[in-house]
Amino acid sequence: MAMKEEGPQAAATPPKRPLMRLLAWVDERFPLTETVQYHATKYYAPKNFNFWYYFGVLAAVVLVLQLLTGIWLTMSYVPSGEGAFASVEYIMRDVEYGDIIRYLHSTGASAFFVVVYLHMFRALAYGSYRAPRELIWLIGMAIFLVLMAEGFFGYLLPWGNMSYWGAQVIVSLVGAIPFFGPDLMEWVRGDYLMSEITLNRFFALHVVALPLALVGLVFVHIVALHHVGSNNPDGVEIKKHKDDNGAPLDGIPFHPYYTVHDFQATVAFLFVFCAVVFFVPEMFGYFLEKPNFEQADPLKTPELIAPVWYFTPYYSMLRASTFPLFGLAAKFWGLVVMVGAILIPAMLPWLDRSPVKSIRYKGLASKFMLTLLIASFFVLGYLGTIHATPLTTGIAQICTIFYFAYFLLMPWYTRVEKTKPPPERVT
Amino acid sequence: MNRTVAALVAVALLAGLPALAADAAVELEPMKPNLEDLPSLQRGMALYMNYCIGCHSLKYQRYQRTAEDLGIPRQVVEDNLIFTGQAIGSLMRTSMPLESAKNWFGAPPPDLTLVDRVRGTAWIYNMLKNFYVDPKRPFGVNNRVFPNIGMPHVLIDLQGVPRLDETKGYKPIDLLRDDVLKEDSYKLVPVGEAGGDKLFIVDGNARAMNTGYIKIDPGTGSMSAEQFDQAAYDIANFLHYVGEPGRAKRKQIGIWVLAFLAGLFALATLLNREYWKDVH
Repeated sequence: MAMKEEGPQAAATPPKRPLMRLLAWVDERFPLTETVQYHATKYYAPKNFNFWYYFGVLAAVVLVLQLLTGIWLTMSYVPSGEGAFASVEYIMRDVEYGDIIRYLHSTGASAFFVVVYLHMFRALAYGSYRAPRELIWLIGMAIFLVLMAEGFFGYLLPWGNMSYWGAQVIVSLVGAIPFFGPDLMEWVRGDYLMSEITLNRFFALHVVALPLALVGLVFVHIVALHHVGSNNPDGVEIKKHKDDNGAPLDGIPFHPYYTVHDFQATVAFLFVFCAVVFFVPEMFGYFLEKPNFEQADPLKTPELIAPVWYFTPYYSMLRASTFPLFGLAAKFWGLVVMVGAILIPAMLPWLDRSPVKSIRYKGLASKFMLTLLIASFFVLGYLGTIHATPLTTGIAQICTIFYFAYFLLMPWYTRVEKTKPPPERVT
Repeated sequence: MNRTVAALVAVALLAGLPALAADAAVELEPMKPNLEDLPSLQRGMALYMNYCIGCHSLKYQRYQRTAEDLGIPRQVVEDNLIFTGQAIGSLMRTSMPLESAKNWFGAPPPDLTLVDRVRGTAWIYNMLKNFYVDPKRPFGVNNRVFPNIGMPHVLIDLQGVPRLDETKGYKPIDLLRDDVLKEDSYKLVPVGEAGGDKLFIVDGNARAMNTGYIKIDPGTGSMSAEQFDQAAYDIANFLHYVGEPGRAKRKQIGIWVLAFLAGLFALATLLNREYWKDVH
């Protein structure tokens, strides 16, 4: 009885325990042990990860949660103009635990953006987008775009009045594009106004196309990360200092150290998350808006049309554009500003000229600009939830300038500021 | 990085983020729904079925679920509360034909399943209490909370003929005194027992607030002012239940979920500490 002796785990004699024999059998046919080692037990992560390093894994947790609850919601949801709103109420009332499944999904959408924004902030603060991690950053930006689209399409599905008018406002932006705008808008909607046709295509994109793209992108995001290794709060490369076995001196195996670490964080996150789901699922109108408990009505505009909170910073920037330029309408420039604001972080790897990665060792200018960016983002986010007045529009315009200044002035202020020397090893 | 956290928190506080404030032309009298008060919910359903469902359907809610949640025997509901001849498992529809409704009212009376989630329970309570006689309106009444309301005052037999106190005029309620805003001032106090059921009446303090503006012609209503307040409370409370029937159970489950997660967190913390104790 000859055993083929290949693969990293193949033993000279066949292992005795049945499970080990099964594993050996699988390893000969699929790189199971190899993969687990590469991505977990022999994947070395810097040992100085802090609070900000939880949000990647939490985003993955929320993604799984959204996929699972989404599958169950789809079982009872009816994507039609007549049936959509009623089917959501059917889920809320007649489906066993349907209300909890629905709230898990609606709260999950907001939670997704909470953790992704914090995840992105971490990258800004510690320079995680810098070489050699530019591709991780770009893939991450693609994930962010898909996530925004996913949130936008999903928000129409309950077919509430805010769903309807929110989508109407955003889709009508397409109409601001010169020449092709109106035709393009009709093509996007599939109708002369938001209708069941629009609902059906948004449904298809929300439940099939975008989740597939999301899962695929998250997969390559992680593959790229594990290929170059994680950054850390000091922004120094742990692979520079290795022991005799080739393991980084400042690294520890992802499993079990960071799996237990992340498990603890996941439970803490779920505690907060479930507190919202079970006790304040509407989050005082921020997660589920009051007008959305009325069915979509093309003849009745809600008093205040505002997107969900996670879009409001960009929505504010859109509204902040109030004057026409070069013969093109203000609305078009609003669209340009909004799309620009969403896309400009993708340029970061090439805008940052600092000799150091982490905010810990960057100069005052970088710290000031980052604070200004975050403050502007919060202010813009808040302004997007309220009626625009000349005063708020003025504030939004200033904040929009601060937002872009962080990126556009970066090549300058990161070069001229005085930085501290980063340590050789992690602290 | 604690400083970063602190900075972020400060920024968040600066930005304010107050809840989206509901606009109200008239300040609403506080009203706190109570889903544990089954007698109130039962009376609310009875009132709704007798006075409201003729025009306003509850088309996403079923009779059977309502009966079970409110502890009303199935037979009682079938015999006394279903006026449309529907089966108990049906959605609570109105018997009013849509076309006729459009002719009579200009627009069909809205479904009220979710009115509580759109407008809030206190709004419903106040709206029911703020009808007043206005000969200029097609149905002879107007409403302080819902100006130019397009419906008659269907509870007028219970309340009596409500008239606006001319000396006070039509203006926002300014009687929000500190004492009525206190939590206990709108607590339900038991006032007696009848047939094993506890009877509740809401503390009169909070309820007296609107009376300055609406005066009832003496002897025209079958209910006293307190009784009518209670009736309005019961209907609003019932609509609060209908807005999200799973609310009470969701919160019950939530307590167990959080307790489980808290326990799990303790274990996860110990496990994490055990692994990390030799990492330096």
